[in-house]
Amino acid sequence: MLNSIFSRRAIPCLCLGLGLFMHSLSARAALPIQHWTQASGAKVYLVESHGIAMLDVQIDFDAGGRRDPADKAGLSSAMSRMSGKGLAARPGAVALDENQLSEAWADLGAVFTVSSGSDRLSFALRSLSFPDLLAQSVALAARQIGEPAWPEAVWRQERDRISAAIRESDTRPATLAGKAFRAAVYGVHPYGLETTSATLARISTADIQQFYAQHVEPCRAKVSVVGDVTRAQTDALVTALLARLPQRDAARCQALPAVAEVQALNAPTNRSVAFESAQAHVLIGQPGYKRSDPDFFALTVGNYTLGGGGFVSRLTTEVREKRGLTYSVYSYFSPGLHAGAFTIGLQTRPDQAAQAVEVARTVLAKFVAEGPSDAELKAAKDNLVGGFALRIDSNAKLLDNIANIAWNNLPLDYLDTWTAQLEKITATDIKAAFSRKLQPERMVTVVLGAGP
Amino acid sequence: MFSLFLCPRLAGARLVKKAVALLGAWCLVASGASAQSPAPGMQVQQFTLANGLTLIVKPDRRAPTVAHMLWVRVGSMDEVDGSSGVAHALEHMMFKGTPTLKPGEFSRRIAALGGRDNAFTSRDATAYHQQIPAERLEEVMQLEADRFANTQWDDEEFKREIEVVKEERRLRTEDAPRSQLYEYAYAVAFTAAPYRRPIVGWMSDLDAMTSADLRSFYRQWYVPGNAAVVIAGDVDVAQVRAWAEKYYGRIPAGLIPARKPRTEPAQNGLRQIEHKATASQAYVSLMFKVPQLDVSALKDASTPASAASRDALALTVLAAVLDGYSGARLDRALTQGADRVADSAGAYNGLFGRGPQVFFLDGVPAEGKTPSQVLAALRKQIDRIAREGVSQGELQRVKTQWVAAETYKLDAIFSQARELGSNWLNGYPLNANARVVAQLRTITAQEVQSVAARYFGDEQLTLATLVPQPPDPNRKPRLPAAASRH
Repeated sequence: MLNSIFSRRAIPCLCLGLGLFMHSLSARAALPIQHWTQASGAKVYLVESHGIAMLDVQIDFDAGGRRDPADKAGLSSAMSRMSGKGLAARPGAVALDENQLSEAWADLGAVFTVSSGSDRLSFALRSLSFPDLLAQSVALAARQIGEPAWPEAVWRQERDRISAAIRESDTRPATLAGKAFRAAVYGVHPYGLETTSATLARISTADIQQFYAQHVEPCRAKVSVVGDVTRAQTDALVTALLARLPQRDAARCQALPAVAEVQALNAPTNRSVAFESAQAHVLIGQPGYKRSDPDFFALTVGNYTLGGGGFVSRLTTEVREKRGLTYSVYSYFSPGLHAGAFTIGLQTRPDQAAQAVEVARTVLAKFVAEGPSDAELKAAKDNLVGGFALRIDSNAKLLDNIANIAWNNLPLDYLDTWTAQLEKITATDIKAAFSRKLQPERMVTVVLGAGP
Repeated sequence: MFSLFLCPRLAGARLVKKAVALLGAWCLVASGASAQSPAPGMQVQQFTLANGLTLIVKPDRRAPTVAHMLWVRVGSMDEVDGSSGVAHALEHMMFKGTPTLKPGEFSRRIAALGGRDNAFTSRDATAYHQQIPAERLEEVMQLEADRFANTQWDDEEFKREIEVVKEERRLRTEDAPRSQLYEYAYAVAFTAAPYRRPIVGWMSDLDAMTSADLRSFYRQWYVPGNAAVVIAGDVDVAQVRAWAEKYYGRIPAGLIPARKPRTEPAQNGLRQIEHKATASQAYVSLMFKVPQLDVSALKDASTPASAASRDALALTVLAAVLDGYSGARLDRALTQGADRVADSAGAYNGLFGRGPQVFFLDGVPAEGKTPSQVLAALRKQIDRIAREGVSQGELQRVKTQWVAAETYKLDAIFSQARELGSNWLNGYPLNANARVVAQLRTITAQEVQSVAARYFGDEQLTLATLVPQPPDPNRKPRLPAAASRH
């Protein structure tokens, strides 16, 4: 059941979701993004794609984990989990319990998910686009967005399940290394908050409901749509999706309170954690940069060479290919509304941990000091520019890109100019950007489970 | 590999849309959708080159990209004792160069073309794949053909790479208690069938593996008649065929080794294992041996499926009724309510494959509950269906989901290529997926009830339990075996 496939290369999932893969589109493939703001204040971004009779919608709100109160870490995540646990009765609409709700989705052949990240709370709908069917999917999604029941008894069960899953996860080396790393990199910043049994115990359904009411309003919605619909259809369906939320004048939609920034590190941290496992887990890093940072392209291209480019990165060459020390070694940035971490990660036999750390640090220090060679820069651009079409060749990937533009307030021609922006980057730009952002002498190093 | 059903529909996207629309979107009746024929030039086509290599091409013009896969019909099931892990280790070495390509150069070239590449090994197959801009396809075909025929490496490369493979085993099996549990469970469930060996290989087999073992396996199995090239995306079929003749066609034909059947003897009684590992939650897995879909079920609508194939299909519907959507029977009965026994529960049926198939049930006990309570609760749900059957509503629901999934799968060309390759691997026709969905839609509530009554006794069961042990922060890290310290 598990272990049914072994791959040549591990794909560190974080790298895919953040930074590098979040932006896309070639001049050649230029896809017109239609954008408008509804009377409610909801911002809509549409790419029509009529090849397949299906539709994807993503609605993002500024209600991710960064807005969790420290003593109630996990609140946003609890909210996303609970939003599918049943619908409240409304005039003309009967209550549905969690099973009736999931049956209703299954009967439509549609998929509706709610997820919470560090920054965003995201609702995602995938439905076939036949008009009668789509109307039913939209109506059900609108109820789930607008009228979750937040049942108390279900929350008590979910809380127990999450706590048990956390305890289980805390027996795994990767989890423990990650927690030690985030604590040292983020300090008290919400990006570093860890959900525990204690923080979950403090979360009530009233907290969830209040948090939801504060953040999930039509005026705050960023709605991205890709699929077999016209602009007029999209405008109507977005209106319908948000219609069951409390409506108020868009002009009175007040800005949410600012969240503090991640603090830079003043000194290096070296944490060695004893653990019995077949491999030691190594994480090296520091706060990185915000998505709005002008160095974004230089850091994207540079990290391809350092540790992002699959088999061809410096870290893979030195740690895996030349020395056989690891199956997976990588580096990535995770830019968000705040400076998400820069991370180098690897796992190796316990007795090789010190050697692997040494090699990784040497590779990093040299890259930060010198930047890429001309050949490396060319290789990075060949892959990133040449492979642009691969970033937008499905509705699912397009949706990711449109939502990225919407969320980060990027220009509508962002995808059209992406390759040109990338082509402009020089080795000097990369060296300068890396030395601005990374201080190898002040990084966090976590080594869990090292042996003699 | 775990996929609930076969390849996506093979018709062009626009036609599928039309086909489904004709069926009134919802009440989908059997075989209607599969009768539609795709637009000229957009059908999936299959060719056999003179040297025996199979070429499968599926045009899809939605985006200027292509998925290129090379499938070899050899996986861990083709290994023998003492050499477990050879197929997978060879897959790693296939990136180490040819007479005209330095080690690692293959991936560098693909990257320079704007592409992404990787490979995987399963029990049944080894596959190499690239996703590339469409205009780079010819160069990729040239590179892959060269690699298929001419891979070579020196022994130093092998010594480094086998250490990488051991790290992969440590990461994915030794430090992953449930994976480790399944490794042992397969070893107990199967006696003669080669599925009993782990894909990655036992550690001592990796320690003892040599370059020569891999070269011999490579020469033996990597022959054109044992391979298929599958291409999906923005391509012209005639052009792709010409390139395939040019690059793959010149590889000499070879003999495909005889395959020994190694048929699993009938199991006549409960097999049971426990595995203790660092964890906080217990875990219980039930593996029932079941029949699989045979190719006769897929040939054409007029050939009736065998009784075994009908059972395999009914077992797949049963798994979906139990666990096909959140709030399905297992969720509802085991994971909800004040006295729930489990934190999670699941069901899955292996519908087809090169080796014997298994129906899985599994569960994680809730706090204060035991694996035997979860075991009893899982079996109670099967018993209940055996006694009472399933409702028409449940049946319709899981069928609706499969039909919708057929359309959603068209969104990604890579998954289309992967599923075409899987069809070829199992000797199924190219439209097997449409046929499977059509067949699944004909499964009745009575058939589901009948398989629930017939396949879930102790006779065919392997029961595996993970017994959690608290982490001991004071214990010293494990030292590697002496053999791996050189």
